Amino acid sequence: MSARPDADFQTRLQNLLPKLVLSPSLALIFFFVYGFILFTIYVSFTDSRILPFVGNGGVPAYDLIGFSNYQKLFSLSHWEIALTNMAIFAGLYIVICSALGLMLAIFLDQKIRGEGVLRPLYLYPMALSFIVTGTAWKWFLDPAIGLENIVQTWGWTSFTFDWIKNRDFAIYTVVLAAVWQSSGFVMAMFLAGLRGIDNEILKAAQMDGASNWNLYRRIIIPQLRPAFLSAFVILAHLAIKTFDLVIAMTGGGPGRATELPATFMYSYTFSRNQMGIGASSAVIMLMTIAAIMIPYLYAELREKK
Amino acid sequence: MAVSSTDTAIRTGRVTRTLIYLVLVLFALFYLLPLYVMMVNSLKPLPEITGGGMMSLPQIWTIEPWLKAWSTAQIGVEPTGLRPYFWNSISMVVPAVAISTILGALNGYVLTKWRFRFDTILFGLMLFACFIPFQIVLIPMAAVLGFLGLAGSTAGLVLVHVVYGLGFSTLYFRNYYAVFPTELVRAAQIDGASFFQIFWRILLPSSGPIAVVCVIWQFTNIWNDFLFGASFASGEGAPMTVALNNLVQSSTGVKEYNVHFAGAILAALPTLLVYIVAGRYFVRGLMAGSVKG
Repeated sequence: MSARPDADFQTRLQNLLPKLVLSPSLALIFFFVYGFILFTIYVSFTDSRILPFVGNGGVPAYDLIGFSNYQKLFSLSHWEIALTNMAIFAGLYIVICSALGLMLAIFLDQKIRGEGVLRPLYLYPMALSFIVTGTAWKWFLDPAIGLENIVQTWGWTSFTFDWIKNRDFAIYTVVLAAVWQSSGFVMAMFLAGLRGIDNEILKAAQMDGASNWNLYRRIIIPQLRPAFLSAFVILAHLAIKTFDLVIAMTGGGPGRATELPATFMYSYTFSRNQMGIGASSAVIMLMTIAAIMIPYLYAELREKK
Repeated sequence: MAVSSTDTAIRTGRVTRTLIYLVLVLFALFYLLPLYVMMVNSLKPLPEITGGGMMSLPQIWTIEPWLKAWSTAQIGVEPTGLRPYFWNSISMVVPAVAISTILGALNGYVLTKWRFRFDTILFGLMLFACFIPFQIVLIPMAAVLGFLGLAGSTAGLVLVHVVYGLGFSTLYFRNYYAVFPTELVRAAQIDGASFFQIFWRILLPSSGPIAVVCVIWQFTNIWNDFLFGASFASGEGAPMTVALNNLVQSSTGVKEYNVHFAGAILAALPTLLVYIVAGRYFVRGLMAGSVKG
C-alpha cells in the first residue's frame, strides 16, 4: 500500500516529463525572442538613447513619446535611401536568383555528364561567410587593383569599371555578390522540384507532339509553383536580413549609397546612440518579414497536419 | 536530394546540348572566380597584385601572407594575427552547436511522439523565431548580456547562438521524427519503457543522418555569423568573421591585399572543409531550412 502514492507520483512524472523537457527551450524562446520583440517595440516608443540597465542603475527610465520615432524615422533621408536600396536590391536579387536558378536547374536536368561535379560548385558559396566572399568581391571589383586594372593591363586601356566606388551603381555590385552567393541554392530547390515531376505526363504530352519549349512552358514550369513560392519566401527574407555583405563590401558607402535597413539599424543603435530610432527601424524590418513569413509558415504547418 | 530521374522525356539536339554544356561550364567558372582570386592572391607578394596581376598565377610563390594573417597581422590595435580569434570562434561554435542540437533532438521527440494541445502552435512560434530579423533582439540582448556580465564574452555568444539556433534544430528533428513509426514508441511504452529510455534506445540510434544535418547547419551558421559577433563581442572576444572584417577594413598603413585574401581563406576554411567532406548533408539542411520537410 505504501508503494501506491509513489507509483502514482511515478506515472504523473512520466506524464509531465515531455512538457518538462520542452519547457526550457520554450522559456528561452519566449523570453529571448518574443519578450525581446515586445521590449524593442517598447523602446521604439521611448526617447531612449542609451542601453537599458547600463547607464541608469538597472531601471530603464525613459519617457514614452508615442509614434515620434516612427515619424522621425520616415523623415530621415538616410532611412529613405535604405528603403530605396532595399527595393532595388531585393527586387533584382529575387528576380535574378530565381531566373538563374531555374535556368541552371533545367540545364542540369538534361542528363548532364558531370552533374555531380557541377552541382557542388554552384552551391559552395552558401557555405561561406558573407564577410569572406564580400572581401573577395570588394577587392576584385576595386578599380585600382581588380577587374578594371586587370582588363587595362590586358591591353584594353580605356576600359573602366568603377561601380563599387560609384554612388549610382554601387548597390548593383552588392546585388552581383548576393546573386553569386545564393543562386546555386535556388538552383538546388528548382532541381529538386524538377526531379519530382512525373515523367509519364511528359511522355504523354510528347506523344501528342508538344515541343520542348511548350513542355516546359505549359507543363513543367507550372508544376514548379511550390518551388517558386519557397524560393521567393527564402530570398525575400534573406534580402531583408542582408547586413554582413554590405559591411564587408562597401560599409554602406560610398557615402550612403549602399545603406540597407539592417545597416541603418546597426549604425543608429550602436554608433549614433539613437536607440529609439534604431528600435523603430528594427520593428519595421520585423513587420516586413512577418508579412511574408507568417502566411507561409501557417500554410506549411496546416498542410502537414 | 537530386536523385537522378530514371528516364527523362526531354530530348535535345546536339547543338542545344553543346550550348547547354557551354553555359553550365561558364557558370561553374563564375562561381569559382572569387575562390580562385582569393587563392592565387594569397600566395603572391603584394607588388604582383598592385601591378595588375590579380588574375595571374603567382610569379613568386610565397606563404608569407598566410603566416602574417595567422599570427602577426594587425587586428584592431594588437598585432596578434587572426589566430586568437580563430580559437574564439572554435570555443564559441563547439558548445553552441552541441547544446542546440541536443535540445533540438529532445524538442523534436516531444513534439512528434508526445503530442499535446497547442503543440503545433508552439512549434510555429519556435519556427518563426528562425526567421526574425535579428535586429529586433539586438538592443535587449545587449542589455541582458551586460546585466549578466556576459558582454563581450564567448559564453555570451554561446547563449545567443543556442537561443537563436533552437528553432532550426527543432525543425530538423521534428520533421525527421514525424515519419518515424509511432507504433514502435507506443509498443515500448506498453512494455514499460520510460520517456528517456524510449528516446535513448529507440529514436536516438536511428537519428544519425539528421544529427549530421543539424550539426553541419548549426556549425556553418554560427561560424559565419557576423551580426551577433560584431554587436556583442567586438574586442578581444571577437569571433573570426569580426576579426577578418577588422583586418580588411583597417585604414592604417598599406593595404595588404594578399594578407586579406589569406585571412579570408582562413576564415572560410572550416566551413569549406565541412562542405567538401559532407556537402550532401549540408544541402539537405539547406533544403529543409526552406521548411519543406
